[in-house]
Amino acid sequence: MKIHEADARVIFAKYGLPVPPSRLVTKAAEAKGAAEELGCPVVVKAQVLVGGRGKAGGVKLAKDPAEAAEKAKAILGMDIKGLTVEKVLVAKAVDISSEFYVGMLFDRVSRKPLMMISPAGGIDIEEVARSTPEKIMKVVIDPSAGLLPFQVRKMAAFLTGEKEVAKQLGPVFRSLYRAFMEVDASLAEINPLVVSPDGKVWAIDAKINIDDNGLYRHVDMEGLRDDSEEDPGEVEAREADLSFVKLDGNIGCIVNGAGLAMATMDMIKHYGARPANFLDIGGSSNPGKVLSAMKIIVRDKNVKAILINIFGGITRCDDVANGLLQAKKDLDLDIPLVVRLIGTNEEEARKLLEGTELVPAATMDEGVKKAIAIANG
Amino acid sequence: MSILVDKGTRLIVQGITGRDGGFHAKQMAAYGTKVVGGVTPGKGGTKTEDGVPVFDSMEDAVRETGANTSVIYVPAAFAADAIYEASDAGVALVVCIAEGIPVRDMVSVLPYARERGTRVIGPNSPGVISPGKTKVGIMPGNIHMEGGVGVISRSGTLTYEIVYNLTRNGIGQSTCLGIGGDPIVGTNLLEAMELFAADDETEAVVLIGEIGGNDEEQAALMVRNGYPKKVAAFIAGRTAPPGKRMGHAGAIVTGGTGTAADKVKAFEEAGVPVAATPGEMAGIVSGLL
Repeated sequence: MKIHEADARVIFAKYGLPVPPSRLVTKAAEAKGAAEELGCPVVVKAQVLVGGRGKAGGVKLAKDPAEAAEKAKAILGMDIKGLTVEKVLVAKAVDISSEFYVGMLFDRVSRKPLMMISPAGGIDIEEVARSTPEKIMKVVIDPSAGLLPFQVRKMAAFLTGEKEVAKQLGPVFRSLYRAFMEVDASLAEINPLVVSPDGKVWAIDAKINIDDNGLYRHVDMEGLRDDSEEDPGEVEAREADLSFVKLDGNIGCIVNGAGLAMATMDMIKHYGARPANFLDIGGSSNPGKVLSAMKIIVRDKNVKAILINIFGGITRCDDVANGLLQAKKDLDLDIPLVVRLIGTNEEEARKLLEGTELVPAATMDEGVKKAIAIANG
Repeated sequence: MSILVDKGTRLIVQGITGRDGGFHAKQMAAYGTKVVGGVTPGKGGTKTEDGVPVFDSMEDAVRETGANTSVIYVPAAFAADAIYEASDAGVALVVCIAEGIPVRDMVSVLPYARERGTRVIGPNSPGVISPGKTKVGIMPGNIHMEGGVGVISRSGTLTYEIVYNLTRNGIGQSTCLGIGGDPIVGTNLLEAMELFAADDETEAVVLIGEIGGNDEEQAALMVRNGYPKKVAAFIAGRTAPPGKRMGHAGAIVTGGTGTAADKVKAFEEAGVPVAATPGEMAGIVSGLL
């Protein structure tokens, strides 16, 4: 789950990171008030859940409250990568003499938390990794030992030669590590962490992604989820405990298992057509899940055929068949369904579907080809 | 031979009185697996309807049954604790079917298990099966066939699809192992390949990878550096859009890394044939053998 910068700043501040004061506003007039309260200059920052806000013109400096209102007016309602800006953050501006990157993530290779730092802050870290990898230091942290003093010294020395700055970096690294672990984050980034001309360190941006699997431990954080920027189908799918990603083709897919669902999409492409979605109904399916899946898919008006590809293990084919029949009735479906069911209780499923308009397929290949023929016909 | 599980496997089912645990304990026993006990805290001293003894703790279960393996079917919030408990009780292998475990828990429990000499498979794994010998997991047993192909996969049903394709074409399997769809797993693709490298019965290895991470690229490198078995691969997610999690927590392309195209390219450059569809796998493997 991605959360907004404003919320990430609150978490960072709670863990003692040096975050400049700020106010979140939804109207230009409020931005003026915020700027007066904070003292100028201020930065006005679009709150949308995508990167590259600065490049898109969603981050502006204002030297006085009137200008803050002006900038807020320009940014509010702006479209950034398909998302409309509803809120802006007005933050006290900091003069910058140098910029660093500091981030935390889990490393798949060492299977441990990893802190990544760079003296080339303020730009996309993936770009730094590509063009100047020598400017990145990665430190693997053993969770039973925690972030160790020698690691802190090594990282501080990589970023700065100034003693006074290095002294402030230690607490920043430790706080970021603690925040990352305690909130069950999958990513926590300060980009940039800046040094002002008076030698003080500030975290002027904040990004946190939460591990969805850890959310049950943080009931308070569920409120930080912003559905408004997601595809409505994806929101509905999550509520129905389905995994769904909308795509732009015309063949809807309902599959059990993420790998098989991807392979089904890939096969549609392989035979020259385009899938309308990724949809995994998960393990222990009940007819209700199939019905929810169907509802989400038929909302997409591009869909000309729906392919159901089920390899029953835990999932019982007769459950799926019952769900399909229910959906056909409830939704008054006129989109053709191509059905491939194999595995647990496939005989029962076949009997249930006999004599209906559903198009049977014996293999995945046959199902994909039939769905394409229908969608193209 | 085979890897990880065989006739010598003595299995404890953690969460045996739950719906999934109970169902699969029966299925595994029906396949021939020696299910010697189950653990559900608070239900020690009872028996399942098939007469499998239930214990309060892994410690009791291992002491009373001499078990060497456990399989975990408990809710995500209790699963990491189940892995700690199994490692502490000294089983050699823990197969974690449970999904949805926070990554923070996995990074702590995996070193703990390793220190105690316990290998962890998963989490979010369909399990391990050595056809004709033993099944520890949730896969349908009847689609498998005894033979010489090792299968390593990051997914469940896609593995069934490919294994079924192999079996229908007369190609049997030594062991099929689902390493799990999470970003951090107890046994990764490379470690699984090392296990198969040392197995006499395995003549070829089928790798079923997907987008996310760079295990497949590392596997390709391992083949280039001289892997003792023939290798074929399949990669799921060629059509996955970047930045979107495709069901599995680990299946995501971030910052241009972990794409299917990179993985396919790495395999092809290492001389590993990559099937374009699951249905092509049997033909490719026949060609290798």
